[in-house]
Amino acid sequence: MVDFARQPSAGRPFPPAGPNPNERYRIVAQPSENGGLQSDLLEVSMGPQHPSTHGVFRMDLVLDGETVVKLKPVFGYLHRNHEKLAENMTYLGSMPYTDRLDYFCSMTNNWAYALAVEKLAGLQVPERAEYIRIIVGELTRLQNHACLVGFLLQDLGAMGTPLMYAFREREKILDLFEALSGSRMMCNYLRFGGCRIDFPEGWLEQAKKLVAEFPRFLDEFEALVTGNEIVLARLQGIGVLSPELAINASITGPMLRASGVDYDLRKVDRYGLYDRFAFRVPLGDHGDCYDRMMMRILEMRETLTILDAALRDLPEGPILDPKSKLRGFKPKPGEAYGRIEAPKGELGFYLISDGSANPFRYRVRPPSLINLTILEDLCLGHKVADAVVILGSVDIVLGEVDR
Amino acid sequence: MNKTAMYDLEQIKALTESAVHGCRLELVPNGSAANQPSLWVDNDHALAVARFLRDDPALCFDYASNVTGVDWPDVTVNETVMVKKVIAGVEQEFDVPRAIVKPGFLEAVYHLYSMRCKHGPLILRLRTENRTGQTHVPSLTPIYRGAEFQEREIYDLFGIVFDGHPDLRRLLMWEEFQDHPMRKDYRAPDDYEYEPTPHGEILEKARRHYSPEVKHG
Repeated sequence: MVDFARQPSAGRPFPPAGPNPNERYRIVAQPSENGGLQSDLLEVSMGPQHPSTHGVFRMDLVLDGETVVKLKPVFGYLHRNHEKLAENMTYLGSMPYTDRLDYFCSMTNNWAYALAVEKLAGLQVPERAEYIRIIVGELTRLQNHACLVGFLLQDLGAMGTPLMYAFREREKILDLFEALSGSRMMCNYLRFGGCRIDFPEGWLEQAKKLVAEFPRFLDEFEALVTGNEIVLARLQGIGVLSPELAINASITGPMLRASGVDYDLRKVDRYGLYDRFAFRVPLGDHGDCYDRMMMRILEMRETLTILDAALRDLPEGPILDPKSKLRGFKPKPGEAYGRIEAPKGELGFYLISDGSANPFRYRVRPPSLINLTILEDLCLGHKVADAVVILGSVDIVLGEVDR
Repeated sequence: MNKTAMYDLEQIKALTESAVHGCRLELVPNGSAANQPSLWVDNDHALAVARFLRDDPALCFDYASNVTGVDWPDVTVNETVMVKKVIAGVEQEFDVPRAIVKPGFLEAVYHLYSMRCKHGPLILRLRTENRTGQTHVPSLTPIYRGAEFQEREIYDLFGIVFDGHPDLRRLLMWEEFQDHPMRKDYRAPDDYEYEPTPHGEILEKARRHYSPEVKHG
């Protein structure tokens, strides 16, 4: 088997570690390899307020000229110990807090948490509620992927325009969420064993209209983006991730599938009612930044077919399991791990119940954080401007990274 | 286990025990509706067990999905013990209540799946000896790179020291921070950013000045 320890970069050797283990690294001047001028390595602290870090995230870079020699991500600027807060609340009490994890995708956060609690307590979800979950979950994926492509182009220097195109479509989806849950981003919509409220009047028509119109935006967006010479030059062959390393480093979501690993939890776990829907899982060939961007565009197309079918076949019926209790909810002692395919990757919740009203242990498996494990491997040997693009193609939200 | 798995947990335990010489495994039952029992592994053989689980072609648990810590504090169990006593020349039996403290421990929990064979989860548990002095477990980062940041997070929030981790530093809290916030007995300081300033001294003087014990004229 291959060992997946971090490989030293092709350029200079790493600076030797200092005597103090807490010291991150020591910069030493070294003669250049071709015997030319001596030059120092440059330490750059990129972030936490840098616009390309998508929030408060910092990278400690060591640069040789413009080439990245070392990269250490620094986390915790948005840490509020979400898990401790949730352990001091009732199960339902932390449902609104899950919205704040990945604040782009509150619906899928709710879904992952509800799924874990339903596994823990053995609740069944009615058919109509499962359809509603798929509809809101796939709408979330649609707006997340559209915005990710917009943000990535923003990082490339396409200031504003592509992002505003994506935000225009996102607004329509957020309007739907507002009509449904009362809030645009912090939806707090799902409940254990179902959903909070049924679709209001006219909502389905509006959603069908959106799904029917979305391909036109997507075609235009794709034509503008994928044929662009600068996009091709900046994204292709940058930050190549091998499938072996991707599996070993627990990469999930579109980033994993861009490396050609066929692993989509909607197909593998078949949670919810995803086995009723015919859709394909797009896979990349190269695992570079371009593939990672294309995964999002292709997945949006598959999402539209799911939405089409779900809106068409939506059954009538109750939306909440009659056994589920909103008050006095105390699951039996035990533990459960539930996970879903969130837009950013595998979002899992691990819960341990001790029979009381609060979870004894509540853990979020954040895809954004774990997808950053190999950030250094991807960036080594590339220029510092490419590090920005590679980070943009990972798709992180700091609310989830730092929790 | 998930229904797609090739083996159930008993079979995996038997396979692992025959492949890794001398390892001790123990089934940990799970009372919830999820039907996800787990496997406790002794610390000396954890690395070998994980390597076997990853590399065995049939088991093929190549993906460490979720790595997390659990703090199990000391538990006081009240029980009654029969004690024989001789009272006035007659031997009698008494029920004497007694409190027994079961020492707590810290636990690292690994949820392993297989991306190639698409089965799982297999839940591994590593336990430390106690919560205060001996909080070491072996790191599985050499086997699963995906555990790197998650083990750092456990070290940060729970205080489990992962032996063999390539870069064990705090992940979320700042480096000067002392305690481990996810421990059950953690108490947050009143003021995270407190540092003694002249301002504090003056406030203290003023407090003493206006306190009722001090008599003025």
